[in-house]
Amino acid sequence: MTSTDKKRVVVTGMGAITPIGNTLDAYWQGLLAGKSGIGPITFFDASKHKCRIAGEVKGFDPLEYMDAKDAKRTDRFAQFAISASKQALADAQLTITDLNAEQVGVMIGTGVGGLKVMEEQQSIYLNKGPNRCSPFMVPMMIANMAAGLTAIHTGAQGPNSCAVTACAAGSNAIGDAFRIVQNGYAQAMICGGTEAAITPLSFAGFASARALSTRNDDPDHASRPFDKDRDGFVMGEGAGVLILEELEHALSRGARIYGEMVGYGMTCDAHHMTAPVPGGAGAARSMSLALKDAGISPSEVSYVNAHGTSTPANDPTETAAIKTALGDHAKNVAISSTKSMTGHLLGGSGGIEGVATCMAVANDHIPPTINLQAPDDECDLDYVPNQSRAQTVEIAMSNSFGFGGHNVTLVFRKYRS
Amino acid sequence: MADDILGKVQGIVSEQLGVDVAEVKPEASFANDLGADSLDTVELVMALEEEFDIEIPDEAAESIGTVQAAVDFIKAKSAA
Repeated sequence: MTSTDKKRVVVTGMGAITPIGNTLDAYWQGLLAGKSGIGPITFFDASKHKCRIAGEVKGFDPLEYMDAKDAKRTDRFAQFAISASKQALADAQLTITDLNAEQVGVMIGTGVGGLKVMEEQQSIYLNKGPNRCSPFMVPMMIANMAAGLTAIHTGAQGPNSCAVTACAAGSNAIGDAFRIVQNGYAQAMICGGTEAAITPLSFAGFASARALSTRNDDPDHASRPFDKDRDGFVMGEGAGVLILEELEHALSRGARIYGEMVGYGMTCDAHHMTAPVPGGAGAARSMSLALKDAGISPSEVSYVNAHGTSTPANDPTETAAIKTALGDHAKNVAISSTKSMTGHLLGGSGGIEGVATCMAVANDHIPPTINLQAPDDECDLDYVPNQSRAQTVEIAMSNSFGFGGHNVTLVFRKYRS
Repeated sequence: MADDILGKVQGIVSEQLGVDVAEVKPEASFANDLGADSLDTVELVMALEEEFDIEIPDEAAESIGTVQAAVDFIKAKSAA
């Protein structure tokens, strides 16, 4: 297939369940206001844990999106995905009927899947034996079930799959959905990422890996990407979903267009299980490939929604990678990490950050990096510190990197006919 | 005692299948009236085993199609 055969792909709807708001509007307003969604853990007794803070989703009621029976047999990570997907479809005013069901697909990534149900069932197994384990355990925990259940709840019968590339999963899902629409395999894709991993076992493991912030007495300021005093990421939870639609299909039904998706890049460090390769060559290549895919030169980029986890390793490495990929333009580009507000949603982060990036393109407004008081010496670019910035955003990129060395970059631009 | 068992079964069925307790009539069929699928049925049987401290073998479970049938089975087991 030559490039001229490829379809144009636009974003026509979005939905979000996040630590700073459970609708697209609440999320976006929270981002622009620099709102922190981080607080003490309330889901379990974290008193013995090194990290006792997280970005929990507050006030989420699955019954707004599904009936009680479905809610009970659905893990929280899939509830988030179904809910954000329904929001996104409603936002796009896209109705799935018998006529178009096979032309609408779902691609929703997650880092770990149904960890909550697995931990609960493990406890039942140990206390009551194997014959008391729920028949719903397996279908609730498997990582693909967010995509499968979203199809059941929306009727989308087209291409359906799930990226499981740790913290890059949501972006991989959006990128893979982009390719599907671009190559004509579906007219629209419901795509994004979801995660609900604020659980005791998860916190034990991530803390042992020295990945989490232990700024337990000051949760609002714990996620501080690019700052000298950062000490690890703060886990968040939630889901972000986009409707990617083939341009002619969107135009024919008079859909509102937030922006156009134009590039997707992915690489692997092939270096270490958790640490990025020093210098960020893999991340740089991901950005360069995405820009090449989009046919855009580095100097045209207005905004980078960074992976920006607030870990000691990520932030200077990503900064170096941006310098490699964008060259001299790196010092002119606006960069922000919205994880400073939401925390790190692991596989969900690519979803909500894809949403944030599209909203920046649509609204010419860049969310800030909050808690950036004194930048790390190696972090010397423009991270839009502490205040959102009204600025034309013609072209924007979103980066996501995951354990396993996965590097993913998405590119969006203003839609112009 | 019998009413007690019925009441407990109705409560468990209502909770497990997410239906209003008023719908859980003795003659109600789990599959046809209360929307239970195969996985629901397995989970429901487990909950009854747990509540009444009995074992319901798979063959017996298959023959328990209604609320009343579950009550009768539990009564017979408890009397034994």
